[in-house]
Amino acid sequence: MWYFVSPEIVFGEDALDALDELEGRRALIVTDTALVQLGLVDKVKAHLDRAGVEAHVFDAVEPDPSVQTVRQGMAMAQQFEPDWIIGLGGGSPMDAAKAIWVLYERPDLEPAEINPFVPLGLRQKARLITIPTTSGTGAEATWGIVLTDTAEQRKMGLGSRENVADIAIVDPALAAGMPPQLTADTGLDALVHAVEGYTCTWHTDLTDGLCLKAALLVFQYLPRAVADGSDMEARERMHNAATCAGLGFGNSLASMAHSMGHTLGAVFHVPHGRAVGIFLPYTIEFAAREAPERFAELATLVGCFPVPPGGKTGGEEAARALAARIRDLCREVGNPTSVAEAGVERAAYEAQMDKLVDDAFNDTQILTAVRVPSEEELRQLFMYAYEGQPVDF
Amino acid sequence: MGLKFPSDAWIKELSHQLNESEAYEKSAKDWEGDFVFIVEPDQAYDNTAYLFLGLYHGKSPDAAMVTSEDEREAEFTLRAPFSVWRRVIEGELDPIQGMMTKKMKVQGNMMKIMRYPKAAKEIVSCCALVPTDFDD
Repeated sequence: MWYFVSPEIVFGEDALDALDELEGRRALIVTDTALVQLGLVDKVKAHLDRAGVEAHVFDAVEPDPSVQTVRQGMAMAQQFEPDWIIGLGGGSPMDAAKAIWVLYERPDLEPAEINPFVPLGLRQKARLITIPTTSGTGAEATWGIVLTDTAEQRKMGLGSRENVADIAIVDPALAAGMPPQLTADTGLDALVHAVEGYTCTWHTDLTDGLCLKAALLVFQYLPRAVADGSDMEARERMHNAATCAGLGFGNSLASMAHSMGHTLGAVFHVPHGRAVGIFLPYTIEFAAREAPERFAELATLVGCFPVPPGGKTGGEEAARALAARIRDLCREVGNPTSVAEAGVERAAYEAQMDKLVDDAFNDTQILTAVRVPSEEELRQLFMYAYEGQPVDF
Repeated sequence: MGLKFPSDAWIKELSHQLNESEAYEKSAKDWEGDFVFIVEPDQAYDNTAYLFLGLYHGKSPDAAMVTSEDEREAEFTLRAPFSVWRRVIEGELDPIQGMMTKKMKVQGNMMKIMRYPKAAKEIVSCCALVPTDFDD
């Protein structure tokens, strides 16, 4: 028994027009100041205006949103009493919007209490719309919420199936203004979602196709979107890839690259997509020795390893070919393939090693790894990823 | 010949396996909170059984089959029908997925539990090390 949850998804050119038909009285837009300055918030407000929906803006969401920020947003929601919450932006504003919505509905909860094991009873006061302006996070289609505990420098994986958005509006025009670095970082995030959603122990028949399609789209279109941001075909296909991957991994789970990436991001502030993109090939190589099957199958399906005779999968060699192909893509889009290349100082990294290992082990995503490392192996993995050394253990 | 599940001998052997496990000790080094596992009747098992498992700082100082969920004070209870417990012990059902699908019901401070997913996984790994007889 398992579940597949999804918002109603409006996608493609002019998808934002769907807001013109929105029924409601008040909408709280949860976003960040950059999107206000870029004029995207005004664009959304203009559509809401046409629908007769009054809008207020909470634009204090920072990268890796904190519990404190979410509480501020919740206070604004309690004053404004919206019947729609709109998460507009990348993963941070959309995750913050989800959390603000839950706390607006359930002010008795602490943010850290948002979990999938107990009913929340949402949708008594408002519903949620997600509108991504980057192509990678997939948060528009997932129920997961990542908040940062700033006191402990720790990312918390939260969420409940109930807090998936009611409507996701996936309009590629909103991502057209992303600079190349952000395009690369977020696009690699989508690839990691696709690969981990396909290969983790919680993958299902209902998620495999979405993850595979997303991986194919990223390999084909991410280099084009990075090289030429005005290539709207590449933009649209990457926007779709991110949502496909979000639906895929959101209904299975991510895995070890996310556990490691979350800790690196929390401690050294490496952007999320860049961090998980660095770690993914190392985690594939680690899994390849003992459990290569799913990676090998994916390697063949995305065309980076020939179909072996007899229709079998290619085993460890094929899984390693997938890891190599991902590193090639990172280089092609100008992203680092090691933690050192990402600019983290060795001494600082080594000084934080115990915390990196501890926090990665206590990140829920590690539970779905096909080969779970021991503490010593995880420490080694962090060091191999620092050096850029392919995993041989 | 395995140890009958549920039984006093079975929960004591799980406690022993936890105390032998370096991985569990490290992953739960700060954990404080005892459990009562409640095995509910279904078509394969007629009774309700209560298994107390003491857990403190990476060790299991105490374990026993008890007569009710209140006999020993515990911060957490984990409740499921016998057949669900069997699937978890045999590695067929991830207990986190079991809780997400409400096949297993946990009571207690979820914020605390969610900070120790690795420890939860190690407990399940130790369950697999207990030679178990399900009385087929």
